[in-house]
Amino acid sequence: MENLLEELTQLDFAAVDLALYLNTHPNDENAISLYNSIITKADSCRTKYEKNFGPLCSFRSFSRNNNWTWIKNPWPWSTDFYSKL
Amino acid sequence: MWIYEKKLEYPVKIKHTNPTLAKLILTQYGGPDGELGASLRYLSQRFSMLTPEAKATLNDIGTEELAHLEIIGAIVHQLTRDLTEEQLKASGLDAYYVDHGVGIYPANAAGTPFTAAYIQSTGNPAVDLYEDMAAEEKARKTYEYIMKFIDDPDVMDPIRFLRTREIVHFQRFGECLMYVQDEMGKKKVFPIENNNPCKKNCNCEEN
Repeated sequence: MENLLEELTQLDFAAVDLALYLNTHPNDENAISLYNSIITKADSCRTKYEKNFGPLCSFRSFSRNNNWTWIKNPWPWSTDFYSKL
Repeated sequence: MWIYEKKLEYPVKIKHTNPTLAKLILTQYGGPDGELGASLRYLSQRFSMLTPEAKATLNDIGTEELAHLEIIGAIVHQLTRDLTEEQLKASGLDAYYVDHGVGIYPANAAGTPFTAAYIQSTGNPAVDLYEDMAAEEKARKTYEYIMKFIDDPDVMDPIRFLRTREIVHFQRFGECLMYVQDEMGKKKVFPIENNNPCKKNCNCEEN
C-alpha cells in the first residue's frame, strides 16, 4: 500500500502545483499537456488504490464491500494509516 | 462544495514523540501566521476578487491551506502520543494539557486561542493580495524559526515541504497582483469601491 499511496500522493501533488501555475499562466500549452498526462496517471492510480485499500472519499467512491469500509480504515493523521491498511 | 480525500497532501510518519516541539509547531495550526488563518483569509477574500486568474488562485490556495492544516494537526497529534506525566511536566506542555489534554486546539505556541483578527478581508482586490503575499512570507518565516528547534528528520521532512509551498504561493499571488492592477488601471466603473474622493466622476486625480 505504501508504494501505491506514495505514487498517488506524488501525482496528486504534481497536479495541484501545476493547476496553481496554470491559474496564472492559462495559455501555457506545454503545461496543460503535462497536467493532462498527470491526471490520466493519477486517475488510474486512484482506481487501483481504492480497489485494494478502500474508498478515498465518502461520497464519490464506489463501495466495493457489503459493509461500509470508510469508517473502518485508518485515518491519515494516524501512523497506522501507513502500516496497517 | 468541498471533497475530502482520505490521505494527506504530504505524508506524516513520526516515530518518536516530542511534546516540546509539538507545542511550538501548534502555532502553525492556530497562530497568527498559521494555516487556519491562511485558509480562512483566502477563502473569504475570494468573493470580492477581481480577474479570473486571481479568483481561481485564491480559491485553490485557500483549499490547499486546509490540506496543510491537516498536516500540521497530524504532526502535533503524532508528537504527543502516549505521553507520561513526567514527559508532560518536563516538556512545558502541562499548561496546554490542563485545558485541552492532547487534543488539537487552534492556538499559538503560547496558548492564545485563534482569532479572526489575524486576518483581513477588505473588498479591495489589490489590498487583499498585498496582505496575501505578506502572509505567505510570514508563514515561511515561522517555519524557518520552527526548523531551528527540529532535530528529528521525520518532523523536518513535512515541515520543509510546507515551507516550500509558502514560496510557491507567494509567487502565484504576486502574479495575480499584476493581473489585478492591470485590470484596476483600466479606469472603468469599479463596482467594489471608488477610491477617488472627487465625487464628480471626472477622472481628475484629486486625491
